[in-house]
Amino acid sequence: MSDLISAEARSWIGRKGEPIHIEVNRSDIVKYSISTEQQQAKFLQGDEAPAMFLFGALRPIAPLAELGPDGLPEDSFLPDLPLKRVMAGGTEMTFHRSIHPGDKLVATRSLADLIEKQGSTGPLIFVVYNMRVETEAGELVLEEKQTRIMR
Amino acid sequence: MSNFEIAALSIGEALPERQHTATNVSLFCYNAAIWNPHRIHYDEPYTKNVEKHPGVVIDGPLQGDWLNQVVVNWMGDNATLVQFNYSNRRASYIGETLTSGGSITAIDAAAGTVDMEIFIKNENGDVITPGTARVRFA
Repeated sequence: MSDLISAEARSWIGRKGEPIHIEVNRSDIVKYSISTEQQQAKFLQGDEAPAMFLFGALRPIAPLAELGPDGLPEDSFLPDLPLKRVMAGGTEMTFHRSIHPGDKLVATRSLADLIEKQGSTGPLIFVVYNMRVETEAGELVLEEKQTRIMR
Repeated sequence: MSNFEIAALSIGEALPERQHTATNVSLFCYNAAIWNPHRIHYDEPYTKNVEKHPGVVIDGPLQGDWLNQVVVNWMGDNATLVQFNYSNRRASYIGETLTSGGSITAIDAAAGTVDMEIFIKNENGDVITPGTARVRFA
């Protein structure tokens, strides 16, 4: 029953994205911590990043001219699917090491699966990514399985 | 946050609940901090007319953050978060007050780990974002 997922889209399963390099910045941690209403000084002062800080830090940063009508940049690491609207799905994270200002990190995503489901308002496609974050020195920081829902 | 040990915990014990009321200002700051320009988080006419939501959408990952704070604020520096999962089952809209909380489901004293079930509930008491977490005591 995979009418919605083309063979071309399916051929993306297993594909690896370009590694993303970031240097963790204290003021980015502080802004994230304030806006998520953290309650611990180590987060609010930016000494340590909250568990989901990288969700924001790893988002694509594109020029305004490349933002679509929904406000989002086109994701180059997503196959062509007939459902275009994105919703958050959830995540499974395993933490190996805390994150601090000055950390230089490398994140690598792979497209793990495309799953068609029937939702209450119509068909959905679950796009599952595996992500692995290491320091530039090769120390494992976190592993994550992220799900995005296309509707 | 007080100091406590794994031996002091019991299965079924509840973690402190907390209420969260997102506003236009708090959602603006969050989406700016994570660099998310998706219009469903700040443009109400677009959100209703084009993406057909009943109101401005409270980000799923923001609920995920509130969810892990249930655990992280409870344990303080007594333990470290090793695993955290959640799924966004139902959307939530500005104007709603959400409640985060959880309870202990398993304790492995030998391994030093404690497992928890955690939730975000809406005002009707429905769990809209369920999750689990594992922490390890030193």
